[in-house]
Amino acid sequence: MNDVVLVIALTLVAIGGTAVVMTNAPERQAVTLGVYGVLLTTLFFALQAPDVALSQLAVGTAFVPLMVMLAIRKIRGGRQ
Amino acid sequence: MSYYPYFVAGWLLLIGVFGVVRSRNLVQAVVSVSISQSGTYVLLLSVGYQRHATAPVFGSTEKPNLQVVDPVVQALTLTDIVVSATVTALLLALAIQVAKRHGTVDPDQLSALEG
Amino acid sequence: MSRSVRYTLFFAGGALVAVLFVWAVVGMPSFGSNFHPYRDLAIGATIAHGTANAVSSVNFDQRAIDTLGEETIFFASVLGAAELLRPSKEEREAKREHGGMFRVMASTRFAGYVLLPLTLLIGLDVVAHGHITPGGGFQGGVVLATGVHLLYVAGSYDALERVRPVHLYEYGEVAGALAFVGLGFAGIVIAGSYLSNIIPYKGFGHLISAGNVEVLNFAVGIEVASGVIVMLAHFLEQAIALQGGPHE
Repeated sequence: MNDVVLVIALTLVAIGGTAVVMTNAPERQAVTLGVYGVLLTTLFFALQAPDVALSQLAVGTAFVPLMVMLAIRKIRGGRQ
Repeated sequence: MSYYPYFVAGWLLLIGVFGVVRSRNLVQAVVSVSISQSGTYVLLLSVGYQRHATAPVFGSTEKPNLQVVDPVVQALTLTDIVVSATVTALLLALAIQVAKRHGTVDPDQLSALEG
Repeated sequence: MSRSVRYTLFFAGGALVAVLFVWAVVGMPSFGSNFHPYRDLAIGATIAHGTANAVSSVNFDQRAIDTLGEETIFFASVLGAAELLRPSKEEREAKREHGGMFRVMASTRFAGYVLLPLTLLIGLDVVAHGHITPGGGFQGGVVLATGVHLLYVAGSYDALERVRPVHLYEYGEVAGALAFVGLGFAGIVIAGSYLSNIIPYKGFGHLISAGNVEVLNFAVGIEVASGVIVMLAHFLEQAIALQGGPHE
């Protein structure tokens, strides 16, 4: 049973990673990166790693997309 | 299934590098690098996994269950996630500086090394 | 180098890497096997030192020197980003007033004010119980730092600036790093090796157990929380304060 969960989680992570890379607009990549972070968290839980999942959740859903959005905003605004 | 997680880890690594090659914006390149990094997390955790074993946290039982997954690789991955996010922030700060200096963040137009 | 040359180079190199990777992987023990020699050794040492969370024990007790290296990388990159994002002279002169220029919905404000103390409490709990339950300094520090920024979501940038004097958090980051290094030197004085577990560790699964792991968790928690707040402060200042509020 856990094998099925693992295969599904791994496939979703692979598809999510491809989706993040193939997104063309950087501001949309911030959103896709947040979703990818949640998918990674689920995979880490399925691999019996709660510490790592907590770390990824805290960092990948709040910290990194926020900084990507702030960087894009600064870059767009500075060029006007 | 015996090797599927390792192939997913290798796929994430290569698709991250492909993202850097394909990028038209420095911020896109930085995000693709962080996808590559997540490939290494998947590889490390898959190496440590054992079927029918539980998480390496014992709670307050006096006789802990010893069938747990490998805690060493989890310790490596755990600090790596937080530190890599900070290094990503450093790269984004670099991208902001490049935008201020040269007015563009397109890697194709940033080819000249100026003094 | 034009785009097509870059793509060709990538596909050639990527194919070679893929072949080598597959060749290496099929020589490994298969996924989910029972062969984990490091696991047996690490779990034995964890239980001998009275820590209930094996991952925290490996991080702060058995391989604390690696965690010292990691948090030094963290410290250095916060320093580097702060240095890169210093406002230039023109930006400092053009700094505009940005007050409470945008309207926040009442429900968002309420949710923010209710969730802020809860998030801070949860962050503190994750840091303090790092040696018994999943958690620790790194995770709890990030939760604390993003919790403080709920004030920005629920209120205005001015409210956040008043509550968060940046130099205070810079001192906090240094204090956390020094506490880690200082406890290591205390290990040399008392037990003869750097970062050895010197605080008594009786009891298994209680709040006061596991010796060094608890104190180092707090040191790392303070450092990571302060570092993330400083980093976000510089990004927010560049993106919000130095070019006007989000009313454009």
